[in-house]
Amino acid sequence: MELTFASFSEIADAVKSKKVSAKEVVTHFQNRIQSLDSKLNSFTSQNPNAVKDAEAIDARIAKGENVGVLAGVPFGIKEMLCTKGITTTAGSKILSNFVPPYDATVVARLKQAGVVVMGKLNQDEFAMGSSNETSFHGTVKNPWDLERVPGGSSGGSAAAQAARLVAGTIGTDTGGSIRQPASFTGIVGVKPTYGRVSRYGIIAFASSLDQAGPMVSSVQDAALSMEVICGHDPMDSTSSQKPVPQWSKNISTNVKGMKIGIIKEYMKGGLDADVQKTFDQSLATLKQMGAEIVEVSVSMTEFAVPIYYLVATSEASSNLARYDGVRYGYRSDFKNLSAIDLEDFYGKTRGEGFGKEVKRRIMLGTYCLSSGYYDAYYNKAGQVRRLLTNQYLEAFKKCDVILSPVTTSPAFKIGELINDPLTMYLNDIFTTSTNLAGLPGMSVPFGMSQSGLPIGVQLTAGHFEEQKMLNIAAALESASPVKGQKPHVI
Amino acid sequence: MSYRGYEAVIGIEIHVQLSTKSKIFCADSTEFNGSDNEHVSPVSAGMPGTLPVMNSRAVEYAIKTGLALGCNIRKKSIFARKNYFYPDLPKGYQISQYDQPICEHGSVSFKVDGVDKTISIARAHLEEDAGKSTHSGEYTLINLNRAGIPLLEVVTGPDLRSPAEAAEYGRTIRQIVRYLDVCDGNLEEGSMRCDCNVSVRKEGATQFGTKVEIKNINSFRFVEKAIEYEIERQIDAVERGEKIIQETRLWDPDKNRTFSMRSKEDAQDYRYFPDPDLLPLIVTDEMIEKYRKELPELPIARAKRFQDEQGLPESDALVLTTEKDLADFYEETAKVSKNFKSSANWIMTELLRELNTANKTIATSPIKPEQLGKMITLIDNGTISGKIAKTVFQEMWQSGKDPEAIIKEKGLVQITDPSAIEKIVDEVLAANAQNVEDHKSGKKKNLLGFFVGAVMKASKGQANPDLVNKILQEKLK
Repeated sequence: MELTFASFSEIADAVKSKKVSAKEVVTHFQNRIQSLDSKLNSFTSQNPNAVKDAEAIDARIAKGENVGVLAGVPFGIKEMLCTKGITTTAGSKILSNFVPPYDATVVARLKQAGVVVMGKLNQDEFAMGSSNETSFHGTVKNPWDLERVPGGSSGGSAAAQAARLVAGTIGTDTGGSIRQPASFTGIVGVKPTYGRVSRYGIIAFASSLDQAGPMVSSVQDAALSMEVICGHDPMDSTSSQKPVPQWSKNISTNVKGMKIGIIKEYMKGGLDADVQKTFDQSLATLKQMGAEIVEVSVSMTEFAVPIYYLVATSEASSNLARYDGVRYGYRSDFKNLSAIDLEDFYGKTRGEGFGKEVKRRIMLGTYCLSSGYYDAYYNKAGQVRRLLTNQYLEAFKKCDVILSPVTTSPAFKIGELINDPLTMYLNDIFTTSTNLAGLPGMSVPFGMSQSGLPIGVQLTAGHFEEQKMLNIAAALESASPVKGQKPHVI
Repeated sequence: MSYRGYEAVIGIEIHVQLSTKSKIFCADSTEFNGSDNEHVSPVSAGMPGTLPVMNSRAVEYAIKTGLALGCNIRKKSIFARKNYFYPDLPKGYQISQYDQPICEHGSVSFKVDGVDKTISIARAHLEEDAGKSTHSGEYTLINLNRAGIPLLEVVTGPDLRSPAEAAEYGRTIRQIVRYLDVCDGNLEEGSMRCDCNVSVRKEGATQFGTKVEIKNINSFRFVEKAIEYEIERQIDAVERGEKIIQETRLWDPDKNRTFSMRSKEDAQDYRYFPDPDLLPLIVTDEMIEKYRKELPELPIARAKRFQDEQGLPESDALVLTTEKDLADFYEETAKVSKNFKSSANWIMTELLRELNTANKTIATSPIKPEQLGKMITLIDNGTISGKIAKTVFQEMWQSGKDPEAIIKEKGLVQITDPSAIEKIVDEVLAANAQNVEDHKSGKKKNLLGFFVGAVMKASKGQANPDLVNKILQEKLK
């Protein structure tokens, strides 16, 4: 078995049947990180106990214990998720010294299933960004072209996965932060239905939008890891009580008679030619496989990006208030010159601790929530958000899954858009609606640009209809013209 | 009430600390006597990624209090974030209820100087407490044990008109929450905290004056004093032609005055918005009915029943219902003694005096209601006299023994046998022949009292005094 490209079940089966030890698996991937990550900057820290953790799994297997479906599978975790004893900075200076005393529920469940946490993955600061250029730890490089961004905010997860520095990764998606980088790096990325995954221990960006999900190499791996991380958590009141289906066992590539919706309002053109071509091809493929194409209207998507930025920045301005240097995290140096007053204390600490993009969004959110503006902005955004959700619910009466592009273009160059926040925000035009409506969405690789950059297509399903989405994704994956292509860096 | 031609308009917000075992949004203990930051989990410390989970007991207590205050219970209430920066506010916001509180539109009645008064309750909402800052030189120490303690903020309409009403309102709320067993009502430990809004206006005026908030007053006596001071201060200012500034003031009990804490001009913009981490709080009719059935009889209703069914005077009924434990003690005693008035008397005089002197509460009383009830029965059936009962009562207080045992041990049974008493009377008369002679001849005026005393002494107080009197009168004819 070639460990580098092995699937989750191949690794877990080999480890459980002692064909390979978890320790060997971990060591193999540690070597890959060692030799390749200096080019990518995808890791921010490594788990110093990874080998010990793997040995513990081997010891349990030796004793005949059941170690879970992901036994010995090495994972990288986005910095947004708290990991007990491993630095978790959310890509920010303000948390540069923060070592959580607890695991996020997602991490705890992965460990429970036998995963070995290899380390933490780079990201845009507090997940604010579409290019992974706002991280305190520096920009992540796209393994397909080191001059390009891997996408954001889960850029570290995307790059590490695409370069197979680990077998699987976890990202978070607030407005497209799993799907967009997955598309930019040619991997599978899933944002489950809001409430499917516990948010406990995931550093909050915009609470009503955030959701963690797998960023992996195949639809099957995505389904398997979702079964592990999804499900109700008593620590998160917003997590759903709905039982978690065995998606991985029920995946079917038979799409005959399935209704694929395309959103009329998305078909106005303006896409990069390669992206358009990929989308058209995916549609034609599904049609050829027996699916029916239906046009649906979700006219409110026109407002998705502005609503998203009102909701996300408002919630973020409140969520990020706790980073004040009082209890944990970075505090400005007051050793020689003590703070004049409280305002000075907060001002210096937060002023030095947060980066430019985060400050921009905190200010925008603070403004949106301030008295006199709340009704015009946050409240109004909430109303439009409800209309948007209702339109989606209507659309899903006519189709099983909606197919759309993920982004308007393939990965752009580092530095190209960083000083143009508005254009950068528009990058999220196809992804944000899904979060606003709480729907599950995913990106599957299906094309390649002329210049050799991967391009994905996006699938969106109704609430808790992940199985339909995974099935169509598996069908596309099986027929993908870019199957088996690997980034140049590996 | 008139103050130099002005009327005071007062509204009160009372923070009632709900006596749940764990905090409102996590499992940390709410114990008061923890060492610094002992009861602080990542949730209480507002650590990244942590989330609030609603304590259902706090909801139950809020609903019960709302029902007791005649409020409507909202079927769907919302938690909001109140955003502001303070070192002892771990998340940078306080989770509270804003435009959709759990309880609304209630009222509470009580008596002030014998007059019935009804005050509207605008709302009662759930929220979490913040931590505590202790300033020490150039350092500030933060203790987060309090952070996340459940509070129910009970807010009146601007209906109160005098300091006495305000204080009585506070005592009434305290009495109710203690009856409900949802708060210990301990003001010193901060279990109840009062903020008073005070304004004055010319008598007959319909518009409110500018209000001033007096924050964090920790006794109802101070509530009264602070409002008294504030009314006078505001009238003085108005009379001088000054404008009342809308501000927050604090009460200084040592100097007996209020002083300015901060002006409302630089008031915070709290940027309230619904907390996305908590789903709306849904209350069902079944829950409301269940809790309504569990409500104890409240003090006003209980006092009325004591008057109507048990014939107690209003003053007794009010004293006995001040505390649920006391009213329970009384009812248990009366159940055994079957004598309402006598039970009330013994409790209000002897027992409360002893408890006060010994600094004990009714719950820690060494005398149990059954014992006191039995003692009253023993008086009523003539086993002991009222005088002996006082001795028995003292003995019960000291030893905690049952009255029968004490009577038996000390031989305190009343002598009610006329022949036995006659025997003692004869002995006493024989021993005081000269006095008998003087009494009969009229040489000395009426020595009856002297003989009664002598007989009682000879019987060690056990002779039935009525019989002693009767027998003596006959023998001395």
